[in-house]
Amino acid sequence: MSTSHASPRETTEGTVYTVTGGDWEEVVQSAAKADDERIIVNMGPQHPSTHGVLRLILEIDGETVTEARCGIGYLHTGIEKNLEYRTWTQGTTFVTRMDYLTSFYNETAYCLGVEKLLGITDQIPDRASVIRVLLMELNRLSSHLVCIATGGMELGATTIMIYGFRDREMILDLYELITGLRMNHAFIRPGGLAQDLPPGAVDAVREFVKTMKKNLPEYDKLATGNPIFKARMQDVGYLDLTGCMALGATGPILRSAGLPHDLRKTDPYCGYEDYDFEVPTADTCDSYGRFLVRLEEMRQSLRIVEQCLDRLEPGDVMVGDKKIAWPAQLALGVDGLGNSMDHIAKIMGTSMEALIHHFKLVTEGFRVPAGQAYAAVESPKGELGVHVVSDGGTRPFRVHFRDPSFTNLQAMAAMCEGGQVADVIVAVASIDPVMGGVDR
Amino acid sequence: MSDETPNPEKDLSAQNLPGQRGEHGEEVRVQRGMFGANNGGDTSGYGGLVRSIRLPGPATRPYGGWFDEVADELEGALEEQGLLPENAIEKTVVDRGELTFHIEREHLVRVARTLRDDPALRFELCTGVSGVHYPGDKGRELHAVYHLRSLTHGRLIRLETSAPDTDPHLPSLVAVYPTNDWHERETYDFFGIVFDGHPALTRIMMPDDWQGHPQRKDYPLGGIAIEYKGAQIPAPDQRRSYS
Repeated sequence: MSTSHASPRETTEGTVYTVTGGDWEEVVQSAAKADDERIIVNMGPQHPSTHGVLRLILEIDGETVTEARCGIGYLHTGIEKNLEYRTWTQGTTFVTRMDYLTSFYNETAYCLGVEKLLGITDQIPDRASVIRVLLMELNRLSSHLVCIATGGMELGATTIMIYGFRDREMILDLYELITGLRMNHAFIRPGGLAQDLPPGAVDAVREFVKTMKKNLPEYDKLATGNPIFKARMQDVGYLDLTGCMALGATGPILRSAGLPHDLRKTDPYCGYEDYDFEVPTADTCDSYGRFLVRLEEMRQSLRIVEQCLDRLEPGDVMVGDKKIAWPAQLALGVDGLGNSMDHIAKIMGTSMEALIHHFKLVTEGFRVPAGQAYAAVESPKGELGVHVVSDGGTRPFRVHFRDPSFTNLQAMAAMCEGGQVADVIVAVASIDPVMGGVDR
Repeated sequence: MSDETPNPEKDLSAQNLPGQRGEHGEEVRVQRGMFGANNGGDTSGYGGLVRSIRLPGPATRPYGGWFDEVADELEGALEEQGLLPENAIEKTVVDRGELTFHIEREHLVRVARTLRDDPALRFELCTGVSGVHYPGDKGRELHAVYHLRSLTHGRLIRLETSAPDTDPHLPSLVAVYPTNDWHERETYDFFGIVFDGHPALTRIMMPDDWQGHPQRKDYPLGGIAIEYKGAQIPAPDQRRSYS
């Protein structure tokens, strides 16, 4: 063949093939001719099965992976740096974009940190905490659905992918109803929520729970007992408890190794101690165990969502302190969601003091006493920790996110080395990394 | 009204004034004025206000709750190893329900190993390292903050250590907590803290040939001004700051 897709190029490190699709035959033939068995495959950063822009560098010997490394940073957007140039309230708009599949967790963790610094943790209204829990558990469902759907697709199981995205779509519709947006909500704010649930939201969530209860067993029927699915997942991506503790892996990875560690139980926040739910575990330490853990967690999340609906009492959704609480409730206007016209009429027409107060709080923001705090929530991926530092000003001095995807992705090498190339995809999918969170 | 009753409006003793932290704690910066107008534009009368912003200072015993138990165990375990606790633990801070040990950098690894291995302490899980740059904290500008979680006892503590800008070296904790591998690379990348003993300390987020360490306070944000509905909106780092 005259026009080779994979023309070899000699470098000091050895022969380099640039593969552009459909030409593996040539690479394998050329590599077979070489006396060196060792090949280094560079997978990504643009590859559908690497969950965004993750680059995997694999050293392979035949079909066996002898060394595996990750290249990350392709989605680094400097969110932590940007936060230092905005007010504390504006921060939620940024952090919601970190791990974009678990927006509500980022927002809640950040707000819990800021509230701890302000010393108002006990003053958050119950209704706000219940709605936070409701949104977080819906978010756990939607995040796990993406994990299971894309994980299935990477095995070639497109049916489970369609099912997963079908169910996630219902949750995104709920987000849209409640926050106005399908992603990147910035709905949870320091002190409470941006606004209350809209009319009809409770009924819509109830309706969803009913549908989801019918749909969840379909995943069992499709995958749990499926021999092909099991053959691809079992004993793949093995990481035992010792490995988890050393590498700091949390979430479904840790629970698939048999340890029922869940911050909602061990270090409760937002009133999780009052909800009735179980922490599922598996003892297989492999991808299949993680799949089972996620499936069971979705059932438990549905239970919590139902309890939230029963627990919702009328009340405020923002802290009572008017020096912190956002001055206006939002309302839907002709050009989208904005300040309620009633509020504008009040501050512009009748109360000079309210106008000054609104202006000061929106442009300047509130001051947070100097100090540091750490707040952590159990995100679908593991421990999502936030370290917030204030120098007494109206802007964060430093905000650091300990994203579970970032930490868990370190376990990739331990899970993949010594296994087959094809199993790398399964192992990475079982970690469920989202590059928005890894790179921030 | 008799003369003995103090008039609260005229009582100017320090404890009645709001927002006083006194002389304890460490000063992080001095705030002048109130509205962030530094170029003479403040005609409000608050321009002469000078306030010292202080971080919480060292706590004295008892710390409260399980904090004393952890502190006792740690100090006892260090003594057993022939290390005087006051040489290793610079100070202990209790603030907002959290316990922080400030550790001298040369003893960081030993303290971390003790915290991990001692059965009464058992901080098995490290949640990584967070760097903080305090340009005003002369001689200890670069701080590294570690949060350690004990699953056995259900506890969370914070270790803080610091290095001067002129000698940005800290010992690596990768040998004790392998999870810190990427976290230390990230902190090196963003703050320029060199973790001695790290197996492969390279940049992780920024490109390999990047100049500078972006999360440091002397590194500009580098925003660009934008036009919105005819008005020029300055770059985020050029806008007025009220801090």
